[in-house]
Amino acid sequence: MSTKVAAGHPGAKTMAGTGMSSHTPVRTGLLIIGASQSGVQLAVSLRALGFDEHITLLGDEDHRPYQRPALSKEFLQGTVESESLIFRSNEYWAEHDVDLVKGEYIARIDKDADGSGVAHSSSGKQFAFKRLALAVGARARHLEIEGADLDGVVYLRNADDALSLKARVGHARDIVVIGGGFIGLEAASSLQKMGKNVTVLEFGPRLVGRAVGEQTADYFLHAHRSRGLDIRLATSAARLTADKGGTAVGGVELQDGTVLPAQIVLIGIGVIPNTQLAEQLGLVVDNGIVVDRFALASDGTTVAIGDCANMPNPVPGAAPDERIRLESVNNAIEHAKVAAYSLTGRREEYAGIPWFWSNQADLKLQIAGLCNGYDQTVLRRDEERAKFSVLYYRRGQVIAADCINTPLDFMAVKNALAKGQNIPADAAANAATPLKTITTDS
Amino acid sequence: MPTVHFTDTHGAVRDVQGNAGDSVMETAVRNGVPGIVAECGGSLSCATCHVFVREDLLDQLPPMEDMEDEMLYGTAVDRAENSRLSCQLRLDDELELFVTTPETQV
Repeated sequence: MSTKVAAGHPGAKTMAGTGMSSHTPVRTGLLIIGASQSGVQLAVSLRALGFDEHITLLGDEDHRPYQRPALSKEFLQGTVESESLIFRSNEYWAEHDVDLVKGEYIARIDKDADGSGVAHSSSGKQFAFKRLALAVGARARHLEIEGADLDGVVYLRNADDALSLKARVGHARDIVVIGGGFIGLEAASSLQKMGKNVTVLEFGPRLVGRAVGEQTADYFLHAHRSRGLDIRLATSAARLTADKGGTAVGGVELQDGTVLPAQIVLIGIGVIPNTQLAEQLGLVVDNGIVVDRFALASDGTTVAIGDCANMPNPVPGAAPDERIRLESVNNAIEHAKVAAYSLTGRREEYAGIPWFWSNQADLKLQIAGLCNGYDQTVLRRDEERAKFSVLYYRRGQVIAADCINTPLDFMAVKNALAKGQNIPADAAANAATPLKTITTDS
Repeated sequence: MPTVHFTDTHGAVRDVQGNAGDSVMETAVRNGVPGIVAECGGSLSCATCHVFVREDLLDQLPPMEDMEDEMLYGTAVDRAENSRLSCQLRLDDELELFVTTPETQV
């Protein structure tokens, strides 16, 4: 390749963090595509491990790298400022020789067998690299029905989506949320709190799909309904109708012909991993970019991390050939750490137990572990204090828990799983017994 | 600008200036203070921003809510009398904070 020049630190001390970096084809040590949770963590972990080559952290959004979880909650409700969502100060990136590049969409990558190459952005810039990391995340799945392109039909994946929703919300009275998953329910709860008349449509027979067990889904359904949220299960939109002006959405027509008024339709029907670049590079892709235990893609040099990566299931006890793609902050962080070791020549497997959280109104859900393949559940419930948790077991061993407003249960299960311990099911059934006190070495 | 003094388990001190109203956690994370992980970004879900507050400052801090109290029972390093989650502590022009970070957060 003709664009390769001598490696070295291209003066990042003066350029980093300003978003004004030059794009002469100086070769960076590591190009991280995706200024995401996992991309940020990879840069941070590499510096902590002593990686001393220049790092370029490149994203296609015009914002400095930020945290996404609050977009559907505190940010939407206006209880946190956008500045609070920023991961690291500009000074941090400058001091750590990380060049931030914003607003560049990589359209194509040329790569050599040694892992080096050049990434080409859609604006015509080139980014030469010695090693490549893909932290490209996932994109919102689009609803493909009549009227889905009307003004006022919105998604909630990134900051611009959230800003767009916030800008519209003041003028709306009725909002229909399509999709009863985490994003849909978090946003619906936020919008309800902001005084909107919110209806949630869920295509499936229960909320939150397979992310939680049936008892938890049921708990959420009743809890949200008792808080006044209109949730309709097994219901899908037939088409979106325009308002009088003809260009903006005015309603949602259901399969039975009912029309729900809506000045905003928020769609949260899942995400699709961004695999276009990996495919163009000839990497193996199967529900995400296929990586090994060390976050290496099929070429053996490119790392792929976070939402976009399909990895061997890291949970202790999982079948050796079982693969999984996780969409979570915790996974973005832990997977990035694995990749940081890989890139510094170490082989360290994924550590820790996957965990997830979702805050909806006053319902605080924390999930420890993965409940796939459970054969027994234990329900712990304290009606008076609105506490609820479900522990999942496989062959007598606890493997996961969904905990609502029960952080003690969550922490006990998470810690037990991390230490390879068990919480016997019969003893756990008494909700008054603290789980920590009955945890055993299994 | 208010200052927070972070001491790690080895006794090394890092002084960080921040904005009044920001949390101690976000001030630490933004500036890359090691010893504060804060996976959940301050939504009281992860208990990985645990700090030990200098004893004489404890009664100048807002009281702990139940959720923080419960989360503190699950920290990686066991809680002590002066434990707090730093996402719940706000910088204040009137208060110079001294905190120690635990050996590990996860």
